[in-house]
Amino acid sequence: MLKSFFLKAVAATALSFSTWASAQAVDLQFYFPVAVGGKAADTIQGLTDEYVAKNPDVTIDAVYAGSYQDTVAKAITASRGGNPPQLSVILAVDMFTLIDEDLIIPFDDYLSTDEDRKWVDGFYPAFMENSQTGGKTYGIPFQRSTPVLYWNKEAFKAAGLDPEVAPATWDEMVEFGKKLTMKDASGNVTQWGVRIPSSGFPYWLFQGLAIENGAILANAEGNKTNFDDPKVVEALDYMVDLSTEYEIMAPGIIEWGATPKAFFEGQTAMMWTTTGNLTNVRENAPFEFGVAMLPEKVQRGAPTGGGNFYLFKGASDEQAKAAVKFVQWITAPEQSAKWTIATGYVAPRPETWETDTMKAYAADFPQALVARDQLEFAKAELSTYQNQRITGIFNDALDAAITGKKDAATALKEAQAKADEILAEYR
Amino acid sequence: MTFDRLLNALAAWILALVWVLPLAYAVWTAFHPAAYEARFELFAPLTLENFVKAWDAAPFARYFLNTFILVTMVLAGQFFLCTLAAFSFARFDFPGRNILFALVLLQLLVMPDILMVENYQTMRLLDLVDSIPAIALPYVASGFGIFLLRQTFMTVPKELDEAARIEGASFLTILWKVYIPLAKPTYLAYGLVSVSHHWNNFLWPLIVTNSVETRPVTVGLSVFSAVDSGVEWSVINAATLMTSGPLLLAFLLFQRQFVQSFMRAGIK
Amino acid sequence: MHRPSFRFQGLSGRFPGDIDIFRTTDISVMRGSKFRREWITGWLLLLPALVFLFAFTHIPAVTTILNSFFSTPRGRRPAKFVGLDNYEQMIGDPVFWKVLWNNLWFALGTIPVSVALAIVMALWVNEKLAGRSFVRMAYFTPTVLPLIAVANIWLFFYTPGFGLFDQITGFLLGWPATNYLGNPDSALNAIIVVTVWKEAGFFMIFYLAALQSIPVTLKEAAQIEGAGRWTVFRRITFPLLMPTTLFVCVNAVINSFRLVDHIFILTDGGPDNASALLLFYIYEVAFRFWETAYGATLTVALLVLLSLLALGQFFFFDRKVHYR
Repeated sequence: MLKSFFLKAVAATALSFSTWASAQAVDLQFYFPVAVGGKAADTIQGLTDEYVAKNPDVTIDAVYAGSYQDTVAKAITASRGGNPPQLSVILAVDMFTLIDEDLIIPFDDYLSTDEDRKWVDGFYPAFMENSQTGGKTYGIPFQRSTPVLYWNKEAFKAAGLDPEVAPATWDEMVEFGKKLTMKDASGNVTQWGVRIPSSGFPYWLFQGLAIENGAILANAEGNKTNFDDPKVVEALDYMVDLSTEYEIMAPGIIEWGATPKAFFEGQTAMMWTTTGNLTNVRENAPFEFGVAMLPEKVQRGAPTGGGNFYLFKGASDEQAKAAVKFVQWITAPEQSAKWTIATGYVAPRPETWETDTMKAYAADFPQALVARDQLEFAKAELSTYQNQRITGIFNDALDAAITGKKDAATALKEAQAKADEILAEYR
Repeated sequence: MTFDRLLNALAAWILALVWVLPLAYAVWTAFHPAAYEARFELFAPLTLENFVKAWDAAPFARYFLNTFILVTMVLAGQFFLCTLAAFSFARFDFPGRNILFALVLLQLLVMPDILMVENYQTMRLLDLVDSIPAIALPYVASGFGIFLLRQTFMTVPKELDEAARIEGASFLTILWKVYIPLAKPTYLAYGLVSVSHHWNNFLWPLIVTNSVETRPVTVGLSVFSAVDSGVEWSVINAATLMTSGPLLLAFLLFQRQFVQSFMRAGIK
Repeated sequence: MHRPSFRFQGLSGRFPGDIDIFRTTDISVMRGSKFRREWITGWLLLLPALVFLFAFTHIPAVTTILNSFFSTPRGRRPAKFVGLDNYEQMIGDPVFWKVLWNNLWFALGTIPVSVALAIVMALWVNEKLAGRSFVRMAYFTPTVLPLIAVANIWLFFYTPGFGLFDQITGFLLGWPATNYLGNPDSALNAIIVVTVWKEAGFFMIFYLAALQSIPVTLKEAAQIEGAGRWTVFRRITFPLLMPTTLFVCVNAVINSFRLVDHIFILTDGGPDNASALLLFYIYEVAFRFWETAYGATLTVALLVLLSLLALGQFFFFDRKVHYR
């Protein structure tokens, strides 16, 4: 009698303890943007589910939050409303903004062991430039990209160029471009030489030109820009000249979203765009294509791009720990390889490229290696405090120069003055 | 005269063709492989693959259901609240009426779309974030609806109203039996404005919802508009057709009844 | 027909000084004890709507106005009172003036054109016409296609080179590629075209409804007397459509300050803010730059502008519209 009562009590306690334990499973909410079409969302969701299945003590609510813009807007709005996610993938360049808003915490507090520190050092340095400031790590690279040059081998052949060789310098790009620009009988251009899209965020691809010319657009502290540096002006002049003087690129602002299609349709023989497009181009280009590093002026160069993981303030200790563990898992070689192959994003850790999966992929599709090799020359994407506002000002200046409303020097000087005014309080 | 007629018919048709162009293009791309997005060849191969792709990319059935629930909820709320308020403004006299009416009209201008940050905080407070009511609530009391119904109610002859009152009918009965039936066309017109607006609304739902269970179609469609890799017109258009299809079909099937009942009296 | 008037009716149940901008009916010139019951019923009927209005419009709006006198709170710095600083910033902000100008041009470009087109469409569809159902369906399509989705289609139409418009103009007229969206001189107009497409089809429905309610006998009588179609329209149809025009115009004005979804996809406000509108700029300032205080200030500017327009519109139409 007593015994059975005792047993029942034990069973009840055990039962309630186990329900208590499962109720104690750490809940995480995780926002992610998608910038490369529907498949990326599936992959993230799939990876998250896989992780949760393996780790029953965690539940992760992965929330597709729209574009990058939407995601940061949503994360900030939610935080201000007192309901931040614990983890979010947001543009690497928004780091200073998120610090300024006091919304994120550095990963360092949760990376105590030597192993953890080694893990942080295991990312490509070019990606970490946008992820660390003041000696702390605020972002963990995840869906990172970099722009590369794609070229249409058939168009090259038709123009009498070697289809296996892409332009390596600015001058070569102009020279090739002139041969590649085709006109019909009435003088209308049917195929442009090159296409550097400039809608929405022209600063990004332009930054490639600036870096190649030896300019750095902003300092590492994120409180000083160099928009009116003569090297930047020279780079912008070159970009404008592609349309006006050399006539190898369509005039006006060139739409980003329509660029791959223009390439497929033979409207342009070369295009500059993100590596995030690799999978898309591979599947849809009706011709042989090559991928090359961006051409050099005084040096090779390209900005990095894309999103990092951020850890949000307001997460409990358990949540933060669980979130860090999840980030470590999802950026680990096998998962990272899956992600890279599905999207074309650059795997952010060298070790990922050593996996068999990646090796097989690269052997089958060597173009994928170009982005990795270019990382050696890559620099941080333009990022400052009040980042969207500063890049907004810079974009407006680029727009004004590209559309011929202002000359490059004036536009950039004005932009620099405005940026100085805003950033003064951060120095 | 007949020449004039012909000219008019021709113009009407040209305009109709221009107007239907986006839909026609959506149909073209949705049923052809992506390679034909910009090539219009008569014998291009047909495919349903885009629909499969779009369907796999997002749970559109669920999004569609969400939009349907949302629109219904907004409409029901608007009809209920606006009717009572409009009736009050049209037929009752009380201190503060004009000031209150001016405050209502203010909402014609201060669209909830502008007040997103503040409204998000309110939803947080009410613990409603990530729910369909959260999308609907800021819109249920509509200044526009109240204004419109009030204008209509005031055209109801006083004699009708007074006669009913003398017979001892309660004011709710009068509202139900006299005013609402006479205002049917206004309800229809306003309902159309409202449905069309909330069917299309994008920004606020994006901010306030997090999950598949609550997101409307527009937010679902925006997956395809996020373009690092360029716009995939064939897939986005397949998705658009899938989600707008039911509404379009309903209009095609019921257009006669719809237009006719709608037209019975117009908006006064 | 009522002119707007300012009335003092100290003893009739209204409060002295209430501004009576809109028509009111005077069913309730009532007596004695009925007053209080009438008051309470009126208030009670109003209560539910007011609760929602206050919760989601008035209180947030007031907070917005208050915020415009403070600096933007950032995580590390709380908001502090700055008086009119934000307003000074606004007056000195060239982008503000640009988007304001853009918005007026946008309103001017969309409202009359879409309303006029809507009337014409309605007149056509209201008459005998071969294939009328198709034409009607065609005009109606914009209403069922969400702007966010349709913007992508228009993006293709406008694309230089292989875009639909360029294919057509290139094939028929031999024009070179035209960069409609990437040129500051045409970007806003391209946006206006999409908006007109969206709006005219929608407004057409209301005119169609109104047209059907005009007795055919009126027209026939006029025609028998030898009036031409234009005269019939000008003298009979158009005046009778006036209430609908009021309705549609209010909608059109509101929309001209609200419809910005397609800008996100088509131009993102570019090039160099050439196609940015006020609400788009507010979104940009508040949700991209996170200058919420300045965003609030811009919102106040938008409110003032809308109030002026609305006031003007009501005064204008109140004199013209014949309510039956």
